[in-house]
Amino acid sequence: MMLFKNAAELVEIAEREQIKIAEVMIRQEVEVSGRTREDIIAQMDRNLTVMEQAVERGLNGVTSVSGLTGGDAVLLQKYIKSGKALSGHTLLDAVSKAVATNEVNAAMGTICATPTAGSAGVVPGTLFAVKDVLNPSREEMIEFLFTSAAFGFIVANNASISGAAGGCQAEVGSASGMAAAAITEMAGGSPSQAAHAMAITLKNMLGLVCDPVAGLVEVPCVKRNAMGASNAMTAADMALAGITSRIPCDEVIDAMYRIGQTMPSALRETAEGGLAATPTGRRLEQEIFGNKTKAVK
Amino acid sequence: MKYRSAFDIIGPVMIGPSSSHTAGAARIGRVARTLFGRQPTKAEIYLYGSFAKTYKGHGTDVAIVGGILDYDTYDERIPGSLQLAEQLGIEIVFSVEEAVVDHPNTVRIKLFDDDKEMELVGISIGGGSIEIIELNSFALKLTGEHPAILVVHNDQFGVISKVTYLLAQHEINIGHMEVSRKEKGKMALMVIEVDQNIDQNLMDEIAQLPHITQVIKMVD
Repeated sequence: MMLFKNAAELVEIAEREQIKIAEVMIRQEVEVSGRTREDIIAQMDRNLTVMEQAVERGLNGVTSVSGLTGGDAVLLQKYIKSGKALSGHTLLDAVSKAVATNEVNAAMGTICATPTAGSAGVVPGTLFAVKDVLNPSREEMIEFLFTSAAFGFIVANNASISGAAGGCQAEVGSASGMAAAAITEMAGGSPSQAAHAMAITLKNMLGLVCDPVAGLVEVPCVKRNAMGASNAMTAADMALAGITSRIPCDEVIDAMYRIGQTMPSALRETAEGGLAATPTGRRLEQEIFGNKTKAVK
Repeated sequence: MKYRSAFDIIGPVMIGPSSSHTAGAARIGRVARTLFGRQPTKAEIYLYGSFAKTYKGHGTDVAIVGGILDYDTYDERIPGSLQLAEQLGIEIVFSVEEAVVDHPNTVRIKLFDDDKEMELVGISIGGGSIEIIELNSFALKLTGEHPAILVVHNDQFGVISKVTYLLAQHEINIGHMEVSRKEKGKMALMVIEVDQNIDQNLMDEIAQLPHITQVIKMVD
């Protein structure tokens, strides 16, 4: 089997073979790694368990070392239970579980990068929320991760998944697109609909800069995962409703890459611009690190 | 293609908060440790680009030292690695560099003990994936994802074929290979990524070939 290089090839293979995108990714992994299918599934199963535990831990409440983040997942869950939520149970559940994961990450807890640590909330957040609606088997939950992986693989090889190279659009943007595609497939959407969900999501994350306050993966990263999850859910619903992206998925990914290339260094994970450079951002940085610019141990 | 596996995207399982600045940094540290072959007595760590600017918030420092202590990305001892290194008597020196480098997340690591020293440059390319781009001032490309051997040798005809012939005799398949040298006829380096781990006997056989200075093993 040939390696897929872009979304068009991925969709074409899935349609021709009449298999899910998850299955294309699994077969490719077997081919490339030389490992057995069972071995590969078992590894993804372990990653799923890590994600499950991180969500659970975050929903019980954590605080980061700096004190900048933590506890928001708990607030959201309480609010959902109050019955007053305006934007719907599943959507907010996804948001709270994405936040939970990133709060654990900021607290130097154990997470699974999807595709990065700073964007680790979106994929598991949406997965564990739609799980309560779609009632997938464990196997289907593992497939969700392979579908996400397939789209992430395309972005990583054709653009970037690094905030330092491409800004937050490359991290939370990619994660959201991956999640949207996986939700769409889990809900019964076609491979082509999954690619449209990815395209619709990423289009709405283009240009998003990486500007972490004090250089910490906390502000605004945790809340960007919240919005990434929400964006993914909405785009998946749009794709499932039959809405298509006028700009094909691969061209959106290419646009993301080119935008990243022209993004100034101050907005690519250097903590020199954007929110990091606001008066409050600078004050928080001072409070956390003091005046130290030179490091020596 | 830079990324070849689904687990480059969904993974690694790691201690937060950053795949490139924490997990990738730990991996570079660990490759340095593996190539050095044992616990060093001293490590000098030079941070560049985004690594230099944001290492503190990302735990890049504890991650690199954790890697040098041979911890994997998910090892919960990483946050306390500086203290653990101190307890083990390893001297750690950090330096934040101003120099502009090609890749935003770059680190130069020098490891020492009484008998030897080694220097490498690693970059963290995103999602926890890394590349070693320089070893003892040789340019190279090593991902650390496959077993590999690094052979330092004199730049003479026939050396490469003798090494690859030995690998072939032991039915070891080469996945990726590159050679580089500093100057014609002087010292050269072969980097050979292989599909199976290489046992010590074969390492010794390669080391005994003419014109071979050093053989370093990189285990999967």
